Amino acid sequence: MSMTSPTVVTVDGAAVAIAGRPVLRGISMEVRQGEFVALMGANGSGKSTLVRAMTGLRPLTAGSVHLFGEDLDGFHQWQRIGFVPQRATAASGVPASVWEVVASGRLTRRRWLRPLLGPDRAAIRAALEVVGLADRARDGVTALSGGQQQRVLIARALAGEPELLFLDEPTAGVDLPNQEALARALGVLKDRGATIVLVAHDLGPLAPLVDRALVMRDGRLAYDGAPLADDAVHHPLFLESHSHHHHEAPRHDHAPHVAAPLDGGVGGTASGLGTGNGSGRPDGRA
Amino acid sequence: MDILGYDFMIRAMLAAVFTGLAAPTVGTYLVQRRLALMGDGLGHVAVTGVALGLLTGSSPTWTAIVVAVLGAVLVEVIRVQGHTNGDVALALLFYGGIAGGVLITGIAGQSAARLQEFLFGSITSISVSDVWATMALATLVVVICVGLMPQLFAVAQDQEFARVAGLNVQAYNVLVAVLAAVTVTVAMRTVGLLLVSALMVVPVATAQQVTRSFRTTLALAMGLGVAASLGGLVVSAFASYQWRVAPGPTIVLLALAGFAVTWPIGAVLRRRARLRTPFVAEPPLGHEVTDEHPHVHGDDCGHPAVEHGDHVDYIHDGHRHAAHGGHYDEH
Repeated sequence: MSMTSPTVVTVDGAAVAIAGRPVLRGISMEVRQGEFVALMGANGSGKSTLVRAMTGLRPLTAGSVHLFGEDLDGFHQWQRIGFVPQRATAASGVPASVWEVVASGRLTRRRWLRPLLGPDRAAIRAALEVVGLADRARDGVTALSGGQQQRVLIARALAGEPELLFLDEPTAGVDLPNQEALARALGVLKDRGATIVLVAHDLGPLAPLVDRALVMRDGRLAYDGAPLADDAVHHPLFLESHSHHHHEAPRHDHAPHVAAPLDGGVGGTASGLGTGNGSGRPDGRA
Repeated sequence: MDILGYDFMIRAMLAAVFTGLAAPTVGTYLVQRRLALMGDGLGHVAVTGVALGLLTGSSPTWTAIVVAVLGAVLVEVIRVQGHTNGDVALALLFYGGIAGGVLITGIAGQSAARLQEFLFGSITSISVSDVWATMALATLVVVICVGLMPQLFAVAQDQEFARVAGLNVQAYNVLVAVLAAVTVTVAMRTVGLLLVSALMVVPVATAQQVTRSFRTTLALAMGLGVAASLGGLVVSAFASYQWRVAPGPTIVLLALAGFAVTWPIGAVLRRRARLRTPFVAEPPLGHEVTDEHPHVHGDDCGHPAVEHGDHVDYIHDGHRHAAHGGHYDEH
C-alpha cells in the first residue's frame, strides 16, 4: 500500500441526515487500491450509515463520494463494486438454491435478456469455491446455517468479480469456524489485490488482514490509522498516542462540575457514544 | 364429452389456460417479496375500475386495468415514500377499492348481480374479444416475468444488493406491481376479483413444498396454475349437469386441494432433510460404550444413518450409535 497506489474511494466532507436528523457530519477519508480497511465503532456510531452512503444507498446532504474517481451521482461502473449488506439470512419468501443466489451477483456483468455464458458460470463457481461452499451449490439456502448463509452473501458479491468490496458486519452473529472460513475467503481476495472496506463491531479472526482502521463515534470519524485491538476501539483515546488530526477536545459542560460521590453520572459523560436511535440501521426495512 | 366442444367452452378453456399460466408467474415474485396479499389488494381496487366501466358504458376489463395499474403504482409510492409497511398500504387500498366499487355500481343503476360476475368470475360468458385480450395480456406477463427473471429475482431477493448492483430497483418494483395489476384484471373473468389472489399465491405455496430452487418453484407453480384452472373449469362443467357449480370457486378449491395434498409431503421431506443433515465433524467428548446392544445397525436396519465426520451415526431412540470395533459408541 504505497501512497502512490491510486485512490479508489474518496469521501469529502460527507454528511448524511435521516428524516432531518443529522447522522453523519464532516466525514472525509480515502481508501487506496489494495487496502483492507476496517470501519469500526459502537452501535449507532454511524459506521453502517457511512458504508451505505459510500454505496449510494443513503443520499448525502453535503459533501461528495467518489468511487474510482467518478462521482457517485451518475456513477455507472457498478460491475467494479461488490456489496455484502447486513443480513441475518439469505432466504426470502420463495425457495432459492445457493447457486441461484450467488448467480444473482453476476447481474452487474450481464446484459438484459442474455443467458449466462461460460465465463459467468465459471465466475459463479469460483466465488462458491472461495467461500468453501461449492459442494452445497444445489442446496436450498435455508438448509444452510447462519454462518454459511453469510458466506453465500459474500460469494454473491464475489460472483461479479469486483475490484472494491464493501461488507456490512459480515461477522455479526457468526460462529468462530464460520468467521475463520470468512477470513480465509477475504484473505484470498486481498491477495488478488482487491480493495476491501469492512464494517465490523469486532474483528476477531479478520484482525490480521486489516491494514488500516477507521473508528466512528457519534456520526464522526474519530480515528484513522493503524489497526487497533478490539477493546481499544471503545476507549476514548484509543490507548495509543497517534499524531492524527482528530484531537478529541476535552469535554466541556457549561455547568461547573460538582464532584459529589452520588451524582457522578450526571455530568453527561455517557452522552458521547451513539445517538441512541439505532441509526446504524435507521430505516429497518429495505 | 360433447360439452367441451361448445364454442363458449373452448373460449373458457383458452382463457383458463392462459390465466393459469400467468397468475403464478407474478405470484412467485410477490410471494418472494412477502407481498402475497398484493394481488388481493389490487383485486379490490379493480372493483372500482369495473364499476367505472359499468357507469361509463365502456369495457369493464379496460377500466379495471387502468384503475388497478394506478392502484399498483400508488401502493409502491406509499411503500417507498411513506416508509409504511407494505401491508398497511395494501389495507388502505382494500377498503377504498371495494367501497368505491359498490358505491359507483349503485350510482350506475346496475344490480349487485352484474358486479358479482366480476367478483367471482363468469368464465363461461367470456366474449371472443375478451379471450383475445386475455391471451395477449397473459402472454405479455409471462414473457416479462420469465425473460427478466435474473433482474426480478435479484430485486425481490435483496433490494439493497440489487441497487448496489446498479439495478433501478424502484422501476422494477413498479413493473412487478403493474404486472400484478394486469394479471388481476386478466384473471377477473376466470376466478373473479375476490378470488384472483388465490390463483397467484396458492400454486406457489404448493410448489415450494417440494422444491429447493427458485426456477423449479416458478415452473412448477405455472404448471399447477394451469392444472388447477383448466381442471376446475372442466370439473365444474361436468358437475353442472347435476348442480349449479360456478367455475371460479371450483378452480380455487382445486388449487387448495393441491396444496392440502402436497403439504404433508413437504413436511415429510423437510423432516427427512433435517434428520439427514450431517452432524458437526467433531470427535465425541470421550469413549462411551452403549449398554447391552443386541441390534446390529446396517444399511436397511430402519435407523437413520447420518454422516458424522468420517463415519456414520445411527439414530436409535434419541441416541447416536457409531460402530467401534465389536460394539457401538455413544456419540
